[in-house]
Amino acid sequence: MRASLFAPGSIAVIDSAESFSEAIAQSANLLVIAGHAKAEYVDRVLANFQKLGPYFVVAPGIAIAHAHPAEDVISPGLSLLKLNNPVSSGATANDPISLVFSLCTPDSEKHIEMLGEFALLMSEQSIVNSLLKASAESVIRQILSH
Amino acid sequence: MVELGVLIYAVCGAGIGTSVLLKSNADRVLSDLGIEATVRAVAIEEAISPDSLAQILLITPELEGIASDIRSEVVVVKNIFDLSELTQKLSEALS
Repeated sequence: MRASLFAPGSIAVIDSAESFSEAIAQSANLLVIAGHAKAEYVDRVLANFQKLGPYFVVAPGIAIAHAHPAEDVISPGLSLLKLNNPVSSGATANDPISLVFSLCTPDSEKHIEMLGEFALLMSEQSIVNSLLKASAESVIRQILSH
Repeated sequence: MVELGVLIYAVCGAGIGTSVLLKSNADRVLSDLGIEATVRAVAIEEAISPDSLAQILLITPELEGIASDIRSEVVVVKNIFDLSELTQKLSEALS
């Protein structure tokens, strides 16, 4: 049931990223690959990061990049880019970052249920620990479907 | 919308991501604590407005600097998925 939070194409694993903004761009691009957003959304997520900094680093090792709802969003969606070698975001309290999620929603309502389910999932420390250790997309999908 | 009990703002840059996750977990914690409160997910601009009626702001560390010099009590949450951190900080702020 929970695997449906992440559409086909929305999860990827890479070894490393040159910078946190590159990781954000790759993560947000998974929303484009999965059909949740248009390419312009990736630019807006990056602009949001340039403007407000890494405030969306929300837990140790975990970021959730996103931008305001707009016409470049097709449907509510989540994506996950796992970095085998974590990257520094500048948010020192929770650095370095291994799990870069991205989120999009066409309005301020349609994603609420999805995020509630996601919050419930991520409140389980064992799931987060398994995700931090996972280095294959198939393993990540298995963890998220538990 | 009828607002009951303490008014808490869960804050993020856009008001759709971090704040919604914070609200979701704060609602669970407050319900477990038996505290009547209304938690709203808002963007930072609304949270720091002089018109804000919130008693408490829940915020991630990187936004703390923007939320200084306001009436609401600012509670910084390091790990928004850590229900024990939220439970401890919300109980302290509401005691």
